[in-house]
Amino acid sequence: MLRPYDRKPYGIQLLMTGYILQRLVSLFFVLLIVSAIVFVLMNLVPGGPFTLGERGYSEVELANLNRKYGLDVPVPQRYVNFLIGAVQLDFGNSFSVAGRPPVTELIARVWPTTLHLGLYTIIVSFGLGIPMGVVAAYYRNSWIDNFVTFTATLGLTVPNFIIATWLLLVFGFQNGWGAESKWIIPPLFGQGPALLSWDYFLPVLTYALAPLGLVARYTRASVSDALSADYVRTARSKGLSERFIMVRHVMRNALIPMVTVLLPQVPNLLTGSLFIEVVYGVPGLGKFFITSIFNRDYPMIMGLVLLIAAFWGLTYLVTDILYTLIDPRVRVFGRRNA
Amino acid sequence: MAGPEIIAEADYLNHPVSLRAQYKQRSLWGDAMRRFSRNRLAMFGLGVLLLLLFLAVFADFITPYPYDQADFSVVNLLPFRDPAHILGADGVGRDYLTRLIYGARTSMLVGLSVPLFAFAIGVPLGAISGFRGGRVDFVVQRIVDIMTAVPPLLFALFLLSLTGSGVGNVIFVLSVTAWIEPTRLTRAQFLTFREKEFVASARAMGASDFRIALQHILPNALTPLLVSFTFAVPAAIFAEAGLSFLGLGITEPTASWGKMVGGGVGNYIRVYYHLALFPTLLVALTMLGFSFVGDGLQEALDPSRSQ
Repeated sequence: MLRPYDRKPYGIQLLMTGYILQRLVSLFFVLLIVSAIVFVLMNLVPGGPFTLGERGYSEVELANLNRKYGLDVPVPQRYVNFLIGAVQLDFGNSFSVAGRPPVTELIARVWPTTLHLGLYTIIVSFGLGIPMGVVAAYYRNSWIDNFVTFTATLGLTVPNFIIATWLLLVFGFQNGWGAESKWIIPPLFGQGPALLSWDYFLPVLTYALAPLGLVARYTRASVSDALSADYVRTARSKGLSERFIMVRHVMRNALIPMVTVLLPQVPNLLTGSLFIEVVYGVPGLGKFFITSIFNRDYPMIMGLVLLIAAFWGLTYLVTDILYTLIDPRVRVFGRRNA
Repeated sequence: MAGPEIIAEADYLNHPVSLRAQYKQRSLWGDAMRRFSRNRLAMFGLGVLLLLLFLAVFADFITPYPYDQADFSVVNLLPFRDPAHILGADGVGRDYLTRLIYGARTSMLVGLSVPLFAFAIGVPLGAISGFRGGRVDFVVQRIVDIMTAVPPLLFALFLLSLTGSGVGNVIFVLSVTAWIEPTRLTRAQFLTFREKEFVASARAMGASDFRIALQHILPNALTPLLVSFTFAVPAAIFAEAGLSFLGLGITEPTASWGKMVGGGVGNYIRVYYHLALFPTLLVALTMLGFSFVGDGLQEALDPSRSQ
């Protein structure tokens, strides 16, 4: 069967390329301005990474340190230097981490942990959330629907560090599930027990609850919308099996509105949660961000902010493109996304 | 529904006064109130909210001790052991019940003032942006683009590291990121209503832009804004608790639930369980209460959206 989008005219594809290019350019400018704001704000505030309270450096030592770390040049010039480096993907070296490794190297070392946790969380939240939403919509107002609604409400309203605290109260540190020493940095898709370790159980459980609630709630809403549509009644009156109706008619149409709501969850999950990482001592991006903030590690803060901003921007772009591919009636190019 | 509701106003005036009550006209807000009061969860949420407000306002009179009075003989006292300190004491021997009640004050202060500031900035900005369009709209939209490029909590954390901790700074920092949502919402509302017939007719009658915006469009945009405000309150409470939990928000000796949770989560969490347990229960209760009120309000004001 020839579907409408199989015969998409060439002109639309051209328009799409133009749209993507336009979005990429605007993302570039947003990143540029974000970096400028962060840079100016960091440098406007009196004091620097070496004037923090307890580090009693003398005047001379301070001047030497500032010169060593390039903090003695004027701010505009420092920003230009930063930009020249950033274009070559060099975000400078960390101030506070021993050995002063480059920021990019540190991020590469730390991010896999967060990605790992995030991937598990995505699997759990989508893998459980979608079936839960479908079942809740199918058996509306039954006990199972109430259970799903309750779980979703709990996950979406109670902050995850509160839930993490409850889990720690119940399970505690004895099992080592919350102990930092248990956390090694697992390679992404690497082998070994780290991938399927029980260490992930509590963090993933806590982390997945909020996106699971969101996924379940939206799935329930869009599936029950689709279930009451005319075409489902037609399909039922034709005598099609419930299973066929669910898979072919309901799920197909219910998935369309879900994409825009659920896909933006992915960058959230892959860049990690500050709270989850702090509570469970996960040495990931979030925990690193907090440490950098406390240490005023300018290059690290800058690198992390830009990384997360770029990741978010790209995901929103992908979401918009996917949306047009799934539903040819919607065409986002030509107008700005609202 | 057949019945008195469909009787026209003129007809209503023809009835004897004794029967008029029966044909009382219904208003949007009256209907909403009725629907809201039938919603059990929403009423529960309202109860929680009022209780917290009461605690926050009268904390000085109902707490057994001053909020910063430390008694080193009761350091980390467990709850339900000593009638003088029913809920125990914290790490420096301050009565925990007192701290929890004062925590409600901090939460409510941040939770109400942040949305207030955010809406005070966002509503006029969104209105101008949506109503006028053009260059103003372009500039506002670019600012929104930039502000949404970084996760709000991350940005708040970064700003807080520059301004330093404290209640005032937390409110400032959270307001800086919170005005985006009301701006977007108001802009969208104004964009929709700008093209409606009632705006065109008001303009034809010579109404000024300001009058159209204030008298004709804003009342129509009021219900979504109100609902959004109700959800902005728990969001601010959550943000304050989160920042304090991470150790960057409220400073000692001010009490904050988030900070108390952060202090309770440690190696002794299962020994001094009360330090972590009580504030988490209060945060969870607050968040649930506010979101029930928000959901209830949304359903009451816009019944077509409820399922």
